[in-house]
Amino acid sequence: MPDYPLSENLPDQLKTPSGLPFSEITLETVLSGRISIDDLRVTTEALEWQAQVAEREGRRQLADNLRRAAELVHVPENLILKIYDSLRPARSTRKDLLALADHLEATFQARRCAELLREAAG
Amino acid sequence: MSLSRRFQSRSERPIQRDTFVHEWPEAGLILFNGPNDPPPQIRVHSGRVVELDGKPEDRFDAIDRFIARRAIDVDVAEHAMCLDSTDLARRILDLTTPRRDVIRLMNGLTPAKLVEVVNRLNVVEMMMALQKMRARRTPSNQAHVTNRKETPALLAADAAEAAERGFAELETTVGVARYAPFNALAVLIGSQTGSGTALTQCAVEESLGLRLAWLGLTTYAETLSVYGTERAFRDGDDSPWSKAFLASAYASRGIKVRFTSGSGSEALMGHSEGKSMIYLEARCLMLIKGAGSQGVQNGSISCVALPGALPGGVRGVLAENLLASLLDLELASGNDAMSSHSDIRKAAKLMLQFLPGTDFVFSGYSSMPREDNLFGGGNFDAEDLDDYNCLQRDMLVDGGLRPVTEERVLEVRRRAALAVRDVFAELGLPPVSDTEVEAAVAARSSSDMPDRDVVADLRAAEEFLARGLNGMDVMAALARRGYDDIAEKILGVQKLRISGDYLQTSAVVVPGPRVLSAVNDPNDYLGPGTGYRLTEERLKEISSIPQAQEPRDMGAPSEAAAGFLDEIGPATPGGDGQEIVIAVGPAFGAALESTLLGLHHRSVLASLMEGIQAEGLRPRLVRVRSTSDCGFIGHAGARLSGSGISIGIQSKGTTVIHRSDLEPLGNLELFPQAPNLTLESYRVIGRNAAKYAKREPVLPVPLQIDNMARLKFIVKTTVMHLRETACVQAGAPPVELRMRHA
Repeated sequence: MPDYPLSENLPDQLKTPSGLPFSEITLETVLSGRISIDDLRVTTEALEWQAQVAEREGRRQLADNLRRAAELVHVPENLILKIYDSLRPARSTRKDLLALADHLEATFQARRCAELLREAAG
Repeated sequence: MSLSRRFQSRSERPIQRDTFVHEWPEAGLILFNGPNDPPPQIRVHSGRVVELDGKPEDRFDAIDRFIARRAIDVDVAEHAMCLDSTDLARRILDLTTPRRDVIRLMNGLTPAKLVEVVNRLNVVEMMMALQKMRARRTPSNQAHVTNRKETPALLAADAAEAAERGFAELETTVGVARYAPFNALAVLIGSQTGSGTALTQCAVEESLGLRLAWLGLTTYAETLSVYGTERAFRDGDDSPWSKAFLASAYASRGIKVRFTSGSGSEALMGHSEGKSMIYLEARCLMLIKGAGSQGVQNGSISCVALPGALPGGVRGVLAENLLASLLDLELASGNDAMSSHSDIRKAAKLMLQFLPGTDFVFSGYSSMPREDNLFGGGNFDAEDLDDYNCLQRDMLVDGGLRPVTEERVLEVRRRAALAVRDVFAELGLPPVSDTEVEAAVAARSSSDMPDRDVVADLRAAEEFLARGLNGMDVMAALARRGYDDIAEKILGVQKLRISGDYLQTSAVVVPGPRVLSAVNDPNDYLGPGTGYRLTEERLKEISSIPQAQEPRDMGAPSEAAAGFLDEIGPATPGGDGQEIVIAVGPAFGAALESTLLGLHHRSVLASLMEGIQAEGLRPRLVRVRSTSDCGFIGHAGARLSGSGISIGIQSKGTTVIHRSDLEPLGNLELFPQAPNLTLESYRVIGRNAAKYAKREPVLPVPLQIDNMARLKFIVKTTVMHLRETACVQAGAPPVELRMRHA
């Protein structure tokens, strides 16, 4: 069980999405241009740890949300915006949503997000 | 026009500008017990909710479906739903039932049941419940930072001041949507300029909001609004699933999110379906919980004057705050939109969240004057900050803010405005002039700011996004221009995104930077001696408002003050029927040199003597050393006076006209309100004393009544009296005085 807060208790195991260790994120690395804004993002692993923390605290739904988030880590931003849009009222048919769910699941192994989409499809 | 002049004057009070209406239940204008509120009920079949509050699954609307599927804990539902609502309400308050056990039961309740439970509590019980049930132990506060001109130097300066004052989150927004990246940028820089470490957000439409966060220009969002009926949801152009997905989308980039809901929105949109405000809010909150949000801002938010117009409206708003906490959600408890024209009513309402403490007492305290509040809020604003700090100090309640000195405020404002000027220059954005910087440091509002070239700013803001500039460029620009400290702090907060630490419930970033949330700072309140208590350090901080004076320094005589009264020997009873004794207190003209009102003792004596002499009588000065009490001073003087009449005067200026045959605490005339006594008053007192001696009819000196005098002077009165009493020499006989020539 990870010890919260991870930034204080697990700094050695925290990495950026590109694999850079947490401790190497310094103003010098910013100035050297070695990291980009995308390096300041959470990783799938960290989200899973946070989901475990939330679960331990009795927050089942928050944990579920963090696991959905973990599935979206590698989903490009324009696709995320497209999915969000398609979930808004009268934007898509049931079939559209189911197709989108299949795509998410097949391409990004986003099982929980796909489930959310299928549930929205009714 | 009222016939009664009292009704007439009351009709001009601010409260009369508030609107009050009777309930209209069918239209949703009712807090509890709407005509279409269902009775609480649940049926679970094979781990699935198949009936919810009297509705079978096949008649579920989208919200029912979402709640049934995602919000309710089916493992405890049937047990919890069988418990009596009063019993559940008592368990919430019971100091032997830990918060976690209450939450477990609440997780199994339906919206109708939750509403029934909170409606069993009166406001004081709700406040006690909120104190126990809020998620994070340490309360905090959120500020709004906006201005009408959307001028970056002022946004940065205001953000810096707000963070310095202790706000844990800063929320900005836009008047013109295209300004968003600049507003976010200015607030981001300001937020990390002083000693604060506030998270920041920019309230804009969802996709732009996401983008700003992804670009590292903001660190949280709270624009995810939900509604309690399907039609209101549709008018808001969202669905429970779109909002739930959005929450995951923010979290996938390590960005904190809370949802928004609040009573009255469905009625306002015409879609209440005859259901009560709190029942619909309970549906919102369960939906939010089901979506996996860590928290919510509620407390009616922008609709607050609507429940406020109804009976029990302010209690209802507290009830919805409590519901959020009962569902284990972080709570930013409103108090942002204007709730009344009456300061009394506003402050009373605030106490319901301020005293128990919530995760964020305000979901937007207007850190600038309300005329600059682009949220249309400002229930409490920059002008009220000293009042707010006094409320914390009065009640020793942590409202999340700290008093600051003007000097420190000017320092952080200047640095933030300069940093924005230099970052704009470094990134090739339209220049921020030195005039703007200077104006932003001292500004009261954007009216004090020069106009900017709006067209150029908007074009540059669009290009900013098109060029893909982001938080990293901002940090680099800051560092290149010598603001390493600000760049480091922005990086410190952004870096926490990698850990996801501030995705947990009720997270704030405190200096370090460290994340404090309901996980590592859980509310463990279970009665006296538990839960949040002010530390010694925080107590001192809250107590040290800049306007507090050092009482030991009050009324102390200046070094230069030279005595003007010489003691020339023991005072003995006089035989001259023409003499009036002026008996002064032990410190008069010595350890103290002027009255409460600031009249120099020499002038006071001169006026008294002038009044006596005008009547042809002779003043005689003595000092009474054995007491500091006005009556006893006067009486001692009267016993020495050849005429039997004296004027007794304390150093603070309180005066009595006395006669030797009266009891010490009796008097001919007493002037207890020293602050109202002028030199003219003392002259008339001298005249009257002489008239008493001549046994002429006397018109008493008219007394002025100033109800504020005691309020204004009681501290100084106490301090001066302490000083005089310190000069008392027990048993020392009175001495004769002579006044030196000026």
